Order: sequence, then structure tokens, then C-alpha cells
Amino acid sequence: MFTFLMNAFYFIFSPPFKFNLLLKQIRFFGNKSMIIILLTGSFTGMVLALQLFYTLRKFGSEALLGPAIALSLIRELGPVLSALMVTGRAGSALTAEIGIMRISEQIDALTAMALNPMRYLIIPNIAAAIMVFPLLAAIFDVIGIYGGYAIAVKLLGMSEGTYFSQMEVFVEMKDIRQGLYKSISFGVIVSWVCCYKGFYTGYGAEGVSKATTEAVVMSSVLILIWDYFLGSVLL
Amino acid sequence: MIEVIDLEKSFDSQRVLDGINLTIFDKELMAIIGKSGGGKSVFLKHLIGLLKPDKGSVLIDGIDITKLGGRELDSIREKLGVVFQGGALFDSLTVYENVAFPLREKTKVSKKEIHDRVMQALEDVGLWGMEKKYPAEISGGMRKRVALARALITEPKIVFFDEPTTGLDPIILNSIHRLIIDTHKKYGFTGVIISHDIPEIFDVADRVAMLHNGVIVEVGTPDEIKNSLNPIVRQFIIGMEVPSFKP
Repeated sequence: MFTFLMNAFYFIFSPPFKFNLLLKQIRFFGNKSMIIILLTGSFTGMVLALQLFYTLRKFGSEALLGPAIALSLIRELGPVLSALMVTGRAGSALTAEIGIMRISEQIDALTAMALNPMRYLIIPNIAAAIMVFPLLAAIFDVIGIYGGYAIAVKLLGMSEGTYFSQMEVFVEMKDIRQGLYKSISFGVIVSWVCCYKGFYTGYGAEGVSKATTEAVVMSSVLILIWDYFLGSVLL
Repeated sequence: MIEVIDLEKSFDSQRVLDGINLTIFDKELMAIIGKSGGGKSVFLKHLIGLLKPDKGSVLIDGIDITKLGGRELDSIREKLGVVFQGGALFDSLTVYENVAFPLREKTKVSKKEIHDRVMQALEDVGLWGMEKKYPAEISGGMRKRVALARALITEPKIVFFDEPTTGLDPIILNSIHRLIIDTHKKYGFTGVIISHDIPEIFDVADRVAMLHNGVIVEVGTPDEIKNSLNPIVRQFIIGMEVPSFKP
């Protein structure tokens, strides 16, 4: 599985590049995941605002609600939750699509044409995921912060100025960088695992079904494990 | 010319190819017959280099492809066209795009030439007017024709057909066989057809080889195979179950 990833990285940087396939996969990962990211991002921000407001009030620190939401989202929840959402939506579909191509001999057909399946099926997905995951995480963060704003300011009566100004004070560039590194690595994990599982799927519909389940479970678990290790290193 | 020498392949403990020896001459149509699950498709995948044997060689024009990998193997594959069992058409591409795919990806010919060649290929296989359809929108017989057009579009020297008529009704079956004969005459390729269409395949092939329990038990012209005294060949031709046999 590691060799598969190393091969993929080799081909990412060696021409010919398939830009049209890359654009197609950017749309597949990005555009088609937008609704679910907007939905989960806004509700995550709203829940955070609700819970943190009551927690912080016990310590008389409601003024820190804005930065608490922003830091939670930017450093942790934005990259992790958006990656988990994309795994469920696009990762499973990706494994199923590549798996069906395998069992219907479409991958063999590419190989028999002296064309490298890696270049057509794997590289565009890994490259697209590396580009799209940070963007989706950023959108998740922004929507989450505005979801928190809706609850904190409109529902709980907090001042708009306090919510945003404290955020400017506490959120630093290194927090944004941490979120960025996390989401890039999650993009690699999800596309790698899902492509690998589809590429080496078992026989028949059962094989594809098993590969899809394994891809989603393994990606999700690896996201959470890697999140901890990367978080520890970047703290 | 394709030469197969002592080809052996096992999957786990199951021996699928047990020392195959076969020579396929230039520009002939060779049919490989044998019961389902007898290793015919596995044998074909060795000829294309999709599987590596445990032992033995596959020589295409004198080059042993079992020893090759990467670009060297690809350079041999440039000479090949393959019609897979289910067609193996790309689902997300139209009929036109499927046929044009090898030209677009492997050659630098102009858009106009690609268009002309694709339309000609589709006309050759009787699919003029179907170019905008997707594989899911056409019948099984049509998919096999598209696969044939795609395999022939680069005018390969050798074309492999993996059960090109499986699951088709007798009329479509005969039309596909007719198409193989016509395109063979037109393009002059060496053809290897994996089939268990008895007796129809005898009208298509120049020579027939019977694969049974991982070995070639008989090779000859269609008439020689039809008149063979080998009990395995006779039983297969008349449609009786063949008992386990090792020559």
C-alpha cells in the first residue's frame, strides 16, 4: 500500500499531466461536496457557540467565545470534519468507481493499450484531493464561524464587536498553517486509501462493496489517528 | 509470430496453466477453444502481459514479454489490440470517445483525422449514428462492436478477442464473427480468439487449439479438429462433459 503511494507521488511529478482529468476530479471532490460542507460547517459552528457559551459563562469568560470557536474550527474541527464528510461522500464513490472499473476490465483495457492506469485514475484524484481538501476545510471554518456568530450574537445576545475582535487577537498564522497542513495530509490519506482499495478490489459486487466499506472505515480511522500525531507535533 | 513455451501458472494451490506450448503464425486467425473455467482467459492475459507466469515464456516477434516490464512491455503492447469479454468500454465516455481514446492518448494525429478514422471504424462495425450514445445505452452486441472498433482503431498487428460472442444471440453472434473475418481481411492482423462457440468458430478460424486442464491437447485446422480422434476434443465438440484428463 505504501509502494502504491510512492508510485503515485512519482507519477504526480512526471509528465504527461492530465489537466482535464484533474479539473474533473477537482469538481468531483470540491463542487459536489459543497452542500454537505456548508450544512455540517454551519451546524458545527452553531453547536460550538451554544455549548461554549454556557461553559465560558461559568468562568465569566464569554468574551472569549469568538476565538474559542475560531481556534477549534481552524485548528481541529474544520480539517477533520470536512475530511470525514468528503470521505463519506466522495471517497466511497471513488472506491466504488475504480473498483467497478477493475472488475469490468476497464483498468486492464488501459494497461493493454500501453497506457498507465495510475496516470488516468489515481494521480488526478490524489492531486485534486491535495488541492481541494484545504479549500473545503477553509469554507467549513468560515461557515462555522458565521454559524457560531448567528447563535452567539443573534440568539444569545453577545456583542458583534466582541465576537469578532477577540478572534483577531487570538487567532494566529500558525493556527491557520496547522489547519492547512492537516487538511492537505487528510487529502492524501483519503485519496490514497480510497484509490488503493478500489484499484485492488476483490471479485464481483461483493468485492466492490467490501472495498468501499474498508476504504471509508480505514480513511476515517487514519484521519483521526493522523490528526492526533500531527496535532502533537505542530502544537 | 507468437510463441508460447512451457507456460505454467497457479493461483494458490490451483494449477490453471500446466505447460502450454503453442505457436501462432503471422496474420492467421487462431481460435482457442475449451470448457468454461478452463484457463482460456488466464492464458490470454499472459499473451497480453497482464499476468506473469510461474514458469515459461511468451515470445512476441521473438521478444519474451514475460521478462519485460514498464516501458519495454508497453512498446510491445503498442502492437496489440484487445477485445475484452464484456467490452471493457469506459462508462464515462461516449461510443465516439471510447473509439477515439487510443488515438487521442497514444498518437499525435489531428482532430480531423481522429474524427475521420473513428467514423470509418464505426461504419466498419455497423454503428454509424451511435457515436453519441454511452455504453450503458447500447446493447451487449453493440458494446462488443464498439470494443472491436476501439481495438482496431490504431491498426494493431495482433488482436486478441476474449470470448467476443459470449452471451449474444445466434444472429448477433454470427454478425460479430462476420465482422472479425471482414476486419481481418481488411486490416490483416494476427488474431487470437478465445471462444467456446462450437461449431460457429470453425467458420472463422484458420486454426483451432483446444485447451483442456491447463494444456493444449490438440491444434489443427478446423477440419482437422472436427475430425479429430482425440476423445477430449470429440466430447467437447459434441457437447458432452469431458472427464478429468491429463495427456
